[in-house]
Amino acid sequence: MVPAIQVEHVVKRYGALQALADVSLDIAQGEFFGLLGPNGAGKTTLISILAGLNIATSGAARVMGFDVVGQYRESRRALGVVPQELVFDPFFTVREALTIQSGYFGLRDNRAWIDEVLHNLDLTDKADTNMRQLSGGMKRRVLIGQALVHKPPVIVLDEPTAGVDVELRQTLWQFIRRLNKAGHTIVLTTHYLEEAEALCGRIAMLKQGEIVANDTTQNLLRLFSGCYVKLKLEPAELPAALRPLLAQESETGFRLALKDYIEVEQVMATLRAAGAKVLEMEVQQPDLEEVFVKIMNR
Amino acid sequence: MKSEEKNVALSPVTGGEPAPRARGPGRGEGVHSSLFTPHASAPTGFYTLFYKEWLRFWKVNVQTVLAPVLTALLFLLVFGHTLRNVSEPYPGIVYTSFLVPGLAMMTVLQNAFANASSSLMQSKMTGNIIFVLLPPLSHREFFFAYLLAAIARGIVCGAGVLLVTVWFVELRFEHPLWIIAFALLGSGIMGVLGIIAGLQSDKIDQLAAFQNFIILPLTFLSGVFYSLHSLPPFWQGLSHLNPFFYMVDGFRYGFFGVGDVSPWLSAAIVAGCLTALSFLTLWLIRKGYKLRH
Repeated sequence: MVPAIQVEHVVKRYGALQALADVSLDIAQGEFFGLLGPNGAGKTTLISILAGLNIATSGAARVMGFDVVGQYRESRRALGVVPQELVFDPFFTVREALTIQSGYFGLRDNRAWIDEVLHNLDLTDKADTNMRQLSGGMKRRVLIGQALVHKPPVIVLDEPTAGVDVELRQTLWQFIRRLNKAGHTIVLTTHYLEEAEALCGRIAMLKQGEIVANDTTQNLLRLFSGCYVKLKLEPAELPAALRPLLAQESETGFRLALKDYIEVEQVMATLRAAGAKVLEMEVQQPDLEEVFVKIMNR
Repeated sequence: MKSEEKNVALSPVTGGEPAPRARGPGRGEGVHSSLFTPHASAPTGFYTLFYKEWLRFWKVNVQTVLAPVLTALLFLLVFGHTLRNVSEPYPGIVYTSFLVPGLAMMTVLQNAFANASSSLMQSKMTGNIIFVLLPPLSHREFFFAYLLAAIARGIVCGAGVLLVTVWFVELRFEHPLWIIAFALLGSGIMGVLGIIAGLQSDKIDQLAAFQNFIILPLTFLSGVFYSLHSLPPFWQGLSHLNPFFYMVDGFRYGFFGVGDVSPWLSAAIVAGCLTALSFLTLWLIRKGYKLRH
């Protein structure tokens, strides 16, 4: 099966600045894929190259097998992009904006689908409202609607929940999950790592224009973090043998970083041997934020 | 639902079954997924962009149509009144009659330029140009849609000036085809220049500089308010280097059957400029000049 997105040795330079350095990446059809990285890592540049907004200095990119330069008509029809910035055309109502966007994609009469999109994004009662009069959250929903008017198999969401309230965020993710279940490939960039952890099956991390990690979310969590054990001891003193494992010390106790769950037993044995009494103990799962920080600091 | 949409088997709302996945092609061969329509109607994209540009100015027609017509009327009132006793620019043609085609053409030119340039520059400034850049529109569709909308606004405004002034000033329509031809060619050139200015400008002051230091002087020195014969020889010679002069003179020829130069020469120069500028602009858009980075 052709990958939904294929990036091969893509380099992008802006004068002396190298935004992307030999990036290669495959995203399979139907994946919910996360693209993470700090500001300036090259996420938006990569998305812009896929969307045809930027032109790669070298390398190739394909959407559903279509080259984004040589077969731009097909590749753009296969792609829906929700941009990071809250942009809108102040001359038009919500329905007009969606109808016009449909027309750009060659769809003459798309009313039935536009009504469905409006319904799903809870915009039906705002359909005839001018874009200027909408709140930021509403404008964000319209942007999502505009990316979906042509039913693209691949949907890219570039930080779609930035500045969005919790309620809308929940609604939005429910909708995007449904799209993914229905077969759409979703590519997500976000700074909310808990969102990426909860939603994405696979994650790539970009740092200074290079991919520094690319694996399933579960593997990333396992590979780099192991687990943490939070302990409250009596006396409140950590045995010297466990000091090398100490990740954090506070009034509430000690947090030890372990490479694997199996080390929990060794910690307990050490504590017993030292005569320390365990008042409270909690084994904590690693989270993506810790993985992310570790990878970025390597 | 249209036949072109029937392939879209997937409905997130109804939770329909995922459409069959496309089989993988070789490198660069592409694949026609049933999730989308690879060959949807291409002219629709061009038509939609033109229609969007039309709506953009028509929705604010007080500002984009009525205001320029009013400005032209004020010019007619002031110049027509103060210069009513000057000698006839051409035999049998009083100054106010001579002035009206010039004012109409000036309105056509300025509004055709303003439409394309302000739309593009504002879209770039606000970022909503992305809505035009993400869809599968070719550089030709992009160019001709903006151009046609600019021509449309120019013609609507010019027609507005004529419709209002024809009640106060005696006008002849000796060669209507020349009138139409020069209105189209003139608005076409200004539409293309507007696209170039819109592409080039990232800020309002850059566009204002283009307008104030290039478009406005060339328009005012094109013979809108005077016949070239009334100028000293040096200025007459200099005016012949101004392509705007040929647009105005040819347009005026259509009304009175007389002009400072042959309408064929004017048409050839204006059409040549339009063709050259169009090729340049098509090349710029194809390269993604200040659009795709």
